[in-house]
Amino acid sequence: MDELDKLRAALRKAPAPDEASKEAALRLAEENFTHVQGSPDAARPTDTSPQRAGILKGLGQMFMKSNLKPMMLATTSLVIVGVGVVLTTPLMRMEPAPTAKTKPVAQEISTEANQLPQAASTAQLYNDQTSNSSKQVSGGVDPSPPAEGAIFSRENLISDDDRSVADANSFKSEGVASATVAETEVAPLRMSIAPQRRAKTKSSSFRNRLPQPQIAQPNDQFPDATPNPLKVTTEEPVSTFSIDVDTASYSWLRSSLSRGQLPDPKSVRVEELVNYFPYAYATPEGDVPFRQTVTVSETPWNSDTQLMHIAIQGAQVTERPPLNLVFLLDTSGSMQAANKLPLLVQSFRLMLGQLRPEDEVAIVTYAGSAGTVLEPTKASERSKIEDALLRLHAGGSTAGGEGLRAAYALADQMSRDGEVSRVLLATDGDFNVGMQSDTELKTFVEQKRKSGTYLSVFGLGRGNVNDALMQTLAQNGNGHAAYIDTLAEAQKVLVDQLSGAMFTIAQDVKIQVEFNPSTVAEYRLIGYETRALRREDFNNDKVDAGEIGAGHTVTALYEVTPVGSDAVLTDPLRFGTVAGGGNTSDLAFLRIRYKEPSAAQSKLLEEVVPVGTDRAGSEASFSAAIAGFGQLLRGNTALGDWGYPEAIALANANKGDDEFGYRAEAVRLMRLAQSLSQN
Amino acid sequence: MRPTITMRMKTSDEALAQAANDGDSEAFGLLIHRHYDRLFRLSWRLTGHRADAEDLTHDILAALPAKLRAFRADAKFTTWLYRVTLNAATDRARKAQRRTRAREGWGQDYARRAAEAAEATEARDWLTNAMRALPPELRETVALTLGEDLTQAQAAEVMGLSEGTIAWRMSEVKRHLREMATEEAK
Repeated sequence: MDELDKLRAALRKAPAPDEASKEAALRLAEENFTHVQGSPDAARPTDTSPQRAGILKGLGQMFMKSNLKPMMLATTSLVIVGVGVVLTTPLMRMEPAPTAKTKPVAQEISTEANQLPQAASTAQLYNDQTSNSSKQVSGGVDPSPPAEGAIFSRENLISDDDRSVADANSFKSEGVASATVAETEVAPLRMSIAPQRRAKTKSSSFRNRLPQPQIAQPNDQFPDATPNPLKVTTEEPVSTFSIDVDTASYSWLRSSLSRGQLPDPKSVRVEELVNYFPYAYATPEGDVPFRQTVTVSETPWNSDTQLMHIAIQGAQVTERPPLNLVFLLDTSGSMQAANKLPLLVQSFRLMLGQLRPEDEVAIVTYAGSAGTVLEPTKASERSKIEDALLRLHAGGSTAGGEGLRAAYALADQMSRDGEVSRVLLATDGDFNVGMQSDTELKTFVEQKRKSGTYLSVFGLGRGNVNDALMQTLAQNGNGHAAYIDTLAEAQKVLVDQLSGAMFTIAQDVKIQVEFNPSTVAEYRLIGYETRALRREDFNNDKVDAGEIGAGHTVTALYEVTPVGSDAVLTDPLRFGTVAGGGNTSDLAFLRIRYKEPSAAQSKLLEEVVPVGTDRAGSEASFSAAIAGFGQLLRGNTALGDWGYPEAIALANANKGDDEFGYRAEAVRLMRLAQSLSQN
Repeated sequence: MRPTITMRMKTSDEALAQAANDGDSEAFGLLIHRHYDRLFRLSWRLTGHRADAEDLTHDILAALPAKLRAFRADAKFTTWLYRVTLNAATDRARKAQRRTRAREGWGQDYARRAAEAAEATEARDWLTNAMRALPPELRETVALTLGEDLTQAQAAEVMGLSEGTIAWRMSEVKRHLREMATEEAK
């Protein structure tokens, strides 16, 4: 027998409902109905038609009223007061977290019912009203018989779904205002409604629906990392970190500045700003996946210190293996905005043009529950993929964990030997239903990393971006994080640099620099705060680190203070041991570890950096200008008097070819930041 | 003229729902009597436990008068009711999960019931295992398509998904069941 038939037969044997509990439930429902409706008898005599007459009837009744004018006046002013209160009272926004125990809606109301009998009944009427405002109009003018306040015996009043709860919330203010409660004060009424919001109702979804100034966006989350402190070479000669090819911080900064707003200093990661730009570094020769170049030059912002510039240029892939992509898209309600789902769909359509016929694409969405929208499909069937993309629409809450599982499962199913599989996760924020904590998500992604599937994370929109989680996921899932604010950025990430974003040429790339205490008094790593590694992690192949994609460039900068320089900030220790007579020809010793893709053993590259400064080339100078810009935005004091004008001049002088105009754009942003910081 | 009770036995669900929304308690009573059994069966298929199913049905009915206002005539009443039930079941499971991670209603409840040996017939045991093996979203899909005999298009409408997803999920269900069968054969 077919398995499905067997299951069907088994499911058919549902037990008969228990008569007693059936009776009880039905009676309760009928009671509740009477309370909610406030009409103990049958329908009102005029209403024989079961079809709703809709707005026309409501309007008709409205104009039949003789006291139309004063009522219109009263309700209009109430609407204005209501909107005003919602906008200005911090009550709703700063509302304490909803109490853990969900309280029955109606009881809350009935306690208020003594003072506000009418208000309570109307509030109840509008509680689950999710429809358009025409209902609000007709309902508002149609005087409903007063009710005593409904009493629901059960604790669980089940919300229809998250969206309708949110809708109900967003309508609450209007519904209340248009209700015929002319004498009632608005504020206490709203307070009586507030406890109705159940624990699971997201206060953010309510807030996001209110018109509000675009400046206040308190919900974006960034990893907290203080800038790397100055290190004294005699105390701590070794500095270790993982490379980082993410670019999310730069596009976030651009999106902030374009809105006339200086970015949150925590959102600025200097290394991501520097690594956003393609640089023309010396290209690798032979079989090595990348080539490193070290130059030492004078620091732009301090003539007494030197800037050690470590440049890594990844090789280009000439023949790429077939690619399996699983798009994991957040289609929760909040993704509706034009700069979210629609932008994402546009972006992925751009990318389709870059795929080869043998590549495969699948789409998984998550919102409420996860679902596969598109089965694995060859890129040659482009219209099928585009259809699936265009069918996407936003709605529901965010079940990210489930989606992630489904996406990885699909990726496993698609991958064959010699192919590259990657999950592309796109989200505007939280990602938590299903898996309880960020740690759990992280562990899951770490496990999946071992299966060889990579993860890229694309952030979208503003207001709820969980940058910290994006970073964690991308770092632990062997991928990179980008923030897509415009279609141009999508073009850069998904079209121009697609091979870099999709094909990893070296994994777990770690950099360790040992400074020579005889020549270097102090040093400071610029950026890479979230990427710091312990010294012993460098040789431990189990410790994860960043990946380099095909053609990627990675830049790391150290500000180095030579022994004897005027810029030395720390005094020598009176009782410390002074290393004397050491090697004075070397500045530092650079070690790089990396793994070939899917190899378990790392390889080691070593290079001695001699003492002496060169003139910085235009590539190194531009990266220095960007590093300076990033530090200005972070409010770093190490720059002294060096400010935006100097950064702009330096960047302008070193624009190079700038084929795509990225550097010109950076200069524009610097100028914007300069103006904004003067306010 | 107001329609009599007998006349109303034939009135469509949608018309009754509209009438109920306009304050007709008789229509409402008729509506819930008509659908209680269906509601209970679906609840049972979703939760896998009789007492849970009764509680769930009870909750849904208690909230239905207020919730009915969200019903619009452009949808079929049963479709809407299925959706309400699915959401209610999910909410309930989430609440339970917060306390004991008991989202796997089938898993837990059926394990518990398996202990009640008197009740556990062999067929039920197979069902227990089969439903427990399925992830929640597949279980929902199965409850609608196999249990309620909805077409894939109807199930897709209830769940707000594409028909393709339902089809894929059903193939997943088949895969799970086949895996289970091979496990059993071992």
